[in-house]
This record gives sequence, structure tokens and C-alpha cells, in this order.
Amino acid sequence: MKLLFENFDRPGLNTLAVYEDAGGYKQLRRALKLEPADVLAELQASGVRGRGGAGFAMGKKVSFLPQGTMDKYLVCNADESEPGTFKDRELLQKNPHLLIEGMIIAAWAAGINRSFIYIRGEYLHQADILDAALAEAREAGYIGDRILRSDHSLDMVVHRGAGAYICGEETALLDSLEGKRGNPRLKPPFPALQGLYKGPTLINNVETLMNVPHIVEMGGEAYAKIGTETSTGTKVVSVSGCVRRPGNYEIPLGVPSRELIFGLAGGPPEGRTVKAWFPGGSSAPVLPGTDEMLDLPYDFDSLAKAGSMLGSGAIIVIDDSIPIVDVALKTAKFYRHESCGKCTPCREGTNWTVKMLERIDSGEATPMDLDIMASVQEQIIGNCLCVLGDAMAMPIGSMIKHFREEFEAHIDMRREENGLGAAIPQVNRGRHAGPGPMREPTGVDPTAVVV
Amino acid sequence: MAIDPSRIKRFEHGSRVPGWDDAVDLTKDPAVVPDPATTPVPKELRAEIEAHMAKYPDPRSASIPALHAVQRWHGWCSPTAIEQAACVMRLTPAYLTAVATFYDMFDTVPTGDNTIYVCTNISCSLRGADDVYAAMLEAAGGDPNFNVRGFECLGACDIAPMASVNGEYVGPLTRDDCKIIVGALREGREVLPEKQLRKRPLADTLPLEESGS
Repeated sequence: MKLLFENFDRPGLNTLAVYEDAGGYKQLRRALKLEPADVLAELQASGVRGRGGAGFAMGKKVSFLPQGTMDKYLVCNADESEPGTFKDRELLQKNPHLLIEGMIIAAWAAGINRSFIYIRGEYLHQADILDAALAEAREAGYIGDRILRSDHSLDMVVHRGAGAYICGEETALLDSLEGKRGNPRLKPPFPALQGLYKGPTLINNVETLMNVPHIVEMGGEAYAKIGTETSTGTKVVSVSGCVRRPGNYEIPLGVPSRELIFGLAGGPPEGRTVKAWFPGGSSAPVLPGTDEMLDLPYDFDSLAKAGSMLGSGAIIVIDDSIPIVDVALKTAKFYRHESCGKCTPCREGTNWTVKMLERIDSGEATPMDLDIMASVQEQIIGNCLCVLGDAMAMPIGSMIKHFREEFEAHIDMRREENGLGAAIPQVNRGRHAGPGPMREPTGVDPTAVVV
Repeated sequence: MAIDPSRIKRFEHGSRVPGWDDAVDLTKDPAVVPDPATTPVPKELRAEIEAHMAKYPDPRSASIPALHAVQRWHGWCSPTAIEQAACVMRLTPAYLTAVATFYDMFDTVPTGDNTIYVCTNISCSLRGADDVYAAMLEAAGGDPNFNVRGFECLGACDIAPMASVNGEYVGPLTRDDCKIIVGALREGREVLPEKQLRKRPLADTLPLEESGS
């Protein structure tokens, strides 16, 4: 079942001639003959959920936009920076016209006449391709005033970012697009009511918008039959890390995760086993590589039920040769670097998590540090303006939860190497010590008076 | 015991603490929007920035494209470069400096012409990116023409471990490739043509890697 990857490696698909030859811009003609409300009804019937991370129903998002003739904006989020995710890069590079077509149709459905594509600054090659495709589309009359002699007018601008993970967050992206530092905004008001230049704004991921022409083609109800009941359609999944064939694979949602990791991506190198995997980019809580978890259907709700999330649809596989502490440290350092610094729990929480993980790796830590670290993660979640802090807290918290023994063994090993000996169990953990059972101290009398 | 003030070590500015960052020069005038009469801006650069400003409903949206433009022109976002952008955009240099320091791709210190970003994020480091980064630093050997940086996820985990060499994505890299990359850049040749991402087809058309690699 391939929708987005149809004809994908056809040479020159990024040019208008080949794209039109493969049936491109036909759905746009069809959609423009329909009323915007009918197109919106198809989008709602399709049940397509956002492919960027949050998984919010696109049709519902469009319907939140106020009616009226004010300036409304469509912003395509192509600031793909989530570690492990590279689907938008391949989609933009090989089939930019599908995105442009999808954006024109989405704008028609929502009554929007100004649109922007915010592409991350590192994607130089892809931005050039997009610029060229946009120029062709403008030349052919797909962008501009009264598109194909209909009542629909749309202007489109490709905006290049400059390297900031936080600009993938929708409100930070809007600030960045307005020419400011990319700091997230307080919500509400949500962008649908007050977004770019304080106007109603629809923000969607590249992949979501690319599904729009296919929804128009198939009809919303037929599209909803693909995948599972609550996770409709196909999904491009980026599989990377310790697998034998990393890459993008398009699957109908609901396929067993095992099929993705072992079937399509070839599984870990021979003689190794899956120790853990991120199901949805580095922001998703890790799942252990047990049979039960690997058999989970790959869709929004099953992964949420298992305590993780589908996120941006990026699987990172960690095999048994990799110490989990290394992965935790890399993850935490990334979020420390990318935290914008606007709110305290994220700015300080990411920083201190890195420091504690470095303590563990340098052999100065005691098991008490794990409790403190777990409690720091708990204090971050839900206490920030945006989800960047949560995006570190969830994977780190889940690593401590699932691999606590390995963390403790790592602490002991490093202490031993430093000649510090086994850690003395700490008894006075204080009220912020966080979850986890209190352990009986061994060899220490907590009631003894220290002289 | 009385403290003898003359025996306390002090910094040049008279305080016992190192003070602000070097970036803050307290002797300077407060920043104002640069005067076009005294801020010469190359004609092409002005035209480029003005073209960017014309694309947006609010011209200030062009601050990132304008900084990209001046960085290309001057090699880095120098105070002069930022002043020129600020002059064209009618903003204070301080505002644009705040923007430039927020984003990773703007260099606010002079750097080499050849930019090599080695991805050292999770997926790449699972496949040996830290080794590749060390090898790349070694290959460049402190040459001032090279700007080698460990970078966060560049969005090409399918060719991990990878690097962005002057914007061209190449991978998967080995330690030996680093020497080839640096050599190719010095001689002005194309960088690793057979490992460029732009030539890679969809993954399911590729063979499985030999195990144990």
C-alpha cells in the first residue's frame, strides 16, 4: 500500500512535467470545482491525524479556523529536526510538487490566501528543489491570483530556518517566521485563532499536507479504511540506529512494529538483539525490546497505551552492545543544547540531567542520583510552555524505569574503575527523592551518631 | 583582621569578578538603527535583503534570510555584517545580534570557509559518529580554512554516520573518508560523489547490509 511513495524514484519527479505526467495537479483541479466546505468534509471524514508529532486530527484543526475574510495563513512545518526523523527530507527532495498541491487544496478548504513553508536551514539541497518547484508552479498558474480561473488565490513563500530544533514547535516556528528568536508562546490563544502576525493560522507537517491530494482522490471515507479505526492512512516511518537497512518505509498504520524493525529494516546486525527502541523519535519514551512490545501494532493509540507515542514516526533501534547510559547522555545533551531557555524547568532540568548523567559516567554517582534524576523528570513534565522539556523528561524517565539495574551496574562499574568502591546506600533521601522503594541500608546504622 | 584593599587581586576593570561576557562592551554607545549615510552597504547585498523583505507581510520576517545573506557575503556574522543588515532592515544591530546568536548556523565568530557539520546525535552515534567526528577533526588538523563542528541531528539517519560538507550530505562515513573529504575540499574536487545522499534511492530497493558491519 503506497500513497506518498508512489512513483517515488521516478527520475525527475521533482519537476513539473514529470509530476503532471504521473497525474499531478489533477486533484487540485477537482478540489477547486468543489465547495471549500465539501473539501473540508472529506478531510474530516478521512480522520487523517497530524504526522508531525502530536497526532491531532487535521480536519478538526482546519475547522477551528474562524470563518470570514480576514488574512489567514497556512504554514507548512518542514523544520524536521527530531533526532531519528528524516521522512520530510526525502519527501521534499523527491516529490516537492505533491506538497505544493496539498497546500493549495488545504488553503482552499480553510479559506486561506497566504502560505509559508518553513524548511530547516540545514536542508540546502531540498530548499533549492522546493524553490525551483515553486517557481515552476507559479509559472504554470498553480500559485498566484485566481488559480486555474477559480476564486482561489494563494501566495507561497519558502522560508529557510537557521538551525534550531525548537523552531519545529508550532508557536516557536511562528516567532521565528516573524523574524524573532524562536521562543515558544503561551497557549492559548492557539495558532488557529491567533498565530502568524496575530492572524488565524493553520500549521501542518509536510507529510500531513502531502496526504491531502490523496484524500481528495480517494474520498475521505475510502482513505479512512486504510490503517486502523483511529489511526487512518499510511505513514512514512524512518527506521534508523542499529538496523541493517535504515531508511524510510511507507506502511499502513497498525502494522506490527516487529514487521518494521525486522522485516523492512532487516533487524539488528547478526548476533545482536534489540535492547530498546524509540518508537517515535527521541522525544518518545523508550520501549524495551521484549516480544510483547515488539508485537505492538504501529499506530497512535496502541503505542500510547503501551506508555510511549508514535510522535514523528521515527524508530531508533538500540541493540545490546550499546550501554543505555550513553544513549541517555546523548539524548539529554541534545535537549540541553536545544532548550531555548525561556522557562526554568526545561532550561535547568535539561542542564542538571546532563550533569547527573555525567556524574554517573565519571564514577562519582550513587544510586540516589537515579532517584533525584527521576524526580527531576517528573517536575519538568507539564510545567513548561512547550513540550521540549517533556521531550527530554519522557525518554530519560523511561530509560531509568526500564533499565534501572543497568544504570546501577554502570554506577558501580565506574566507581570501581575509579577506585571508589561500592556506593554507600543513602538513607536520608529527603522529601524530593522521588519514586522508588526505600531500601534497607546495609552495613550502615542510620541511627548512629556521626562524630 | 583588617583586609588590605591593595592586596586584593582585581581585574582590569577594577572588579574582583570577571564581569560580563566579552560580547558586552560597556564602553560602546547604545545601539540605534544605523544611519544609512554612514553605513555603506554593498549594492547587491542591499538588493538581496530588500527582495527578501518584500516577500513577507511584515518586513521584519526577513531577519533570518538577511542574516544568511550577510553571512554569505562576509563569511560570518561580524559586527559590520549585522550593522549592514540592520541598516537595510531599519532595525537595531542589537535585535539582529539577539537573533543571530539564537540559531546554530550563524557564526558570530570568524570561521573557516569550508563548513563541515558532523552529526553526533543519537542515531549516528549508535553507528560510530563520535569516532568519525574525531577523525574529521584530526584530518582537518586545525586548518583555519575548515570549520568542523559536531552538530545535532541533521535529518539523515539513513546514511549514518554522516556529515554535511558545505551543505552536501554524505554518508555512511568511515574514518578514512574524513581524509578524502578534507583532501577533496583542499583541491576543490567534488566530495565523495558515490556517497552523496541526493543519489540515494528509497531504502526498500537497497540490499541489506552485511551483518557485523
